[in-house]
Amino acid sequence: MSVFAVSDLSLRFGGVQAIGALSFSVNQGEVFAIIGPNGAGKTSVLNVITRVFDPSHGRVVFEGQDITRLPRHRVVHSGIARTFQNIELFEGGTVLDNLLLGRHRFGHGNFFAQWLWTPAVRDAEAASRARVEDVIELLDLMPHRNSPVAGLPYGVRKVVELARALVTEPRLLLLDEPASGLNPEETRELAFWIGDIQKDLGITVIMVEHDMSLVCETADRVLCMNMGQLLALGKPGEVQANPEVIRLIWALESDVSRSPDFGREKPGDLVRSGECHQGRQPGGCAGAYRRRTGRQWRGQDHPAQHHSRGD
Amino acid sequence: MRFSYDTNYRDAHALLRYLPGRLAYVLLLAALLIAPWVMPKYVVGELSYVFIMCIVSLGLMVLVGYTGQVSLGHSAFIAIGAYTHTWLLAQGTPLLASMLMAAGFTGLLGLVIGLPAIRVSGLYLAMVTLAFAILTEHVIGHWKSVTGGFSGLAVGSPVLFGQDLSKLQYFYYLCLALLVLVLLGLLNLLRAKTGRAFMGVRDSEAAAYSLGIWVAGYKVLAFVVSAVVTGLGGALLAHHVGFLTPEGFGLILSLELVLMVTIGGLGSLRGAILGAILISMLPTFISRIKPLLPEQIAKQFGLETFVFGLVLAVFVLFEPKGLNGRWIKFKTFLETFPLYRQDMFKRGKSYMKSERYK
Repeated sequence: MSVFAVSDLSLRFGGVQAIGALSFSVNQGEVFAIIGPNGAGKTSVLNVITRVFDPSHGRVVFEGQDITRLPRHRVVHSGIARTFQNIELFEGGTVLDNLLLGRHRFGHGNFFAQWLWTPAVRDAEAASRARVEDVIELLDLMPHRNSPVAGLPYGVRKVVELARALVTEPRLLLLDEPASGLNPEETRELAFWIGDIQKDLGITVIMVEHDMSLVCETADRVLCMNMGQLLALGKPGEVQANPEVIRLIWALESDVSRSPDFGREKPGDLVRSGECHQGRQPGGCAGAYRRRTGRQWRGQDHPAQHHSRGD
Repeated sequence: MRFSYDTNYRDAHALLRYLPGRLAYVLLLAALLIAPWVMPKYVVGELSYVFIMCIVSLGLMVLVGYTGQVSLGHSAFIAIGAYTHTWLLAQGTPLLASMLMAAGFTGLLGLVIGLPAIRVSGLYLAMVTLAFAILTEHVIGHWKSVTGGFSGLAVGSPVLFGQDLSKLQYFYYLCLALLVLVLLGLLNLLRAKTGRAFMGVRDSEAAAYSLGIWVAGYKVLAFVVSAVVTGLGGALLAHHVGFLTPEGFGLILSLELVLMVTIGGLGSLRGAILGAILISMLPTFISRIKPLLPEQIAKQFGLETFVFGLVLAVFVLFEPKGLNGRWIKFKTFLETFPLYRQDMFKRGKSYMKSERYK
C-alpha cells in the first residue's frame, strides 16, 4: 500500500534541471533506497520533500496529505524526519540536548509556563526524557549520553543524528547517506538498526546511499537516478541487472570522465561515480574515483576527512 | 571527584543538584542581603549598579550567547527602557507598573528590530542594530517635548507602596530582587523547550527546521526576550543615574555590553554575570589603582579604554570561553585534584563547524 508518493516532480535552478519529472511511490513499512551518481539529484529529492527547496512542478503526498507547500518547520509535524549528509548536529550541546531538541514538536508548555517552570512543564520534560532514553537504548548511545557532541567520533555523531530523527517519532524517515564515512563494522551495525527501525518501529524509510552492500542488504526497492531522471526502479537485484544501470556502470569503468567529450554526452550516458557498482571496492567510492581520475575526491564523504574517527 | 547518579529524570534538570552548591548559593544570598548594612555607602551604590549591569548583560547574553545573533544596539534598548520608565513615572504611573510597561514597550521595539534578523545575520545584523542605536540616540536628542533633548531629563524618585526607595539600601534590594527574578526566569526558560530551540537556531538552522523549530519565530522571540530584560535594566539604571542624557546611552555602552558577554563567556548565564561584574567594576578598580601607578601612565588620557581593550584581547587570545570557561576549569581542577591535566578541555574545541570542510 502506497503511503508516500512523488508525482511528476521537477526542480530547476535557473538553467540547471536538478530533478526532471520524477515520479515514484513508497509502500508502508518499506525501505526504499535512492542511488545514482553524484549530482543525480538524490539529495535534492529529500530537500524537496522536507521543503528546503520549492519544486518547480509536481506534488509530494504523504498519508493522503499534500505536503508540497507545507511550511518548512511543519514537515516534521506530519510525521517526516530526516538526517543530513554532512552531519548537522547542535555543536554547542550534549547528546542529550540534541536528542531533547528532537522532541521539540511535542508540547512542553507555553512560553510563560516555561518561564515559571511549572509542574506541568517539569513533567513534560521528564516524559520527553523517557522517550529519549528509549532511543538511546535502541541505538546503544548510553556511554555518550552526557558528552558534548563536538568531541565525539564521526561514527557516533552519525548515530546521534539518526537518534535525533527517531525521537521525533516519525512515520517516514529520510536518511541522507547514512553510511558515508562509517567503517565496515559501523555500516553493519547501521544495517541492523535500519532493519529494527523498519520491523520493530514500523517506520517507512527512504534512504539515499552510495554503499551498495548496505542497499542490497536493507532495501526492499531501489530507485536509480541519473541527471535528475529516473533510470531504473525495482528490487535491488533487478536494478543491478537493468541494462540502463549496467550501461551507467560500464561508462564509469571505461573512464569517460577523462575523455574530451566529458560533460557533453546525452543525459543517461554521463557517469562520474561508482555508486551502482556491486559490492564494496577498496577505498569505497572515493577510491574508485581516485583510480579513475588520479585526483583527490573533493566530495563530502572522503574518508580522510573523518580524521577524528576512532580516537 | 563526583559522578552524578541521577535516580530520576527530574535530577537531570535540577538547578542546584548537590548540597554544596545549594549551601554556596544560600550563603551568597545571605551575604548580599546583609551587605547594605555593613558596607560603606558607596559600595552599596556600586553594587546596585553592578546588579543593574548584570540584568542588562543577561538580556544581551540570551541574544548573543544563546541564539548567536550579535547586537551592537543594546544601549538603545537600555535608553528606551530608561526614558519610557521616566516618562511613565512623570505621568503618575506606580513604580512597578511603570517598570513593567517600560520593559514591555522595549520588548515591542525588540520585535521590530528583530524582524530584519530573519533575513540578515552575523556582521550585517550587527550593522542593522548599530544603525538602530545611533538612530535612537538621535531621536532622543531631538524629541525635546518627551525626552528633554540634549539638556537631559530628571528621573522621579522611586516610590513603592508609599515607601521612598531612593535611599541607597532600599534601591539595592530592589535591584537585587529584580536580578534574582530575571535570573531565575531565564534559567527556567533556557533549560526548557525555548532555550533548546534557541541553541538549535544558533548551531544549525537546517537541522532546526527539520525538527519543527520555527527558526524565524525563535530569532525574533530571542530579540523580544532580550529587549524586555534589557529594558527592565534600563528602567533601573534611570534611577541609578538620576538624570538622563542621550550621551549616556552611546555606542560605548553598547560595546561595554558586548564586552561583558564576550569576556564572561558566550552561552552561559554565569558568564553574563561574571562579565558584568568585571566590566562594571573595572573603571572603579582603575581609578583605585591610579595613585599607585607611575605618574606618566596614570595621567594618560584614555587609560580606561586601553585597559578594556587589553582585557578583551587577553581573553580572546587565551581564554575564548571567557570567565565561565575559566571557572569550569578551576572547578574541575579542584574536583579532580590531583588528576587535572592541562589539555582536559582541548577536545571540546575540535570539530567546529568551519573545520569540517578542511
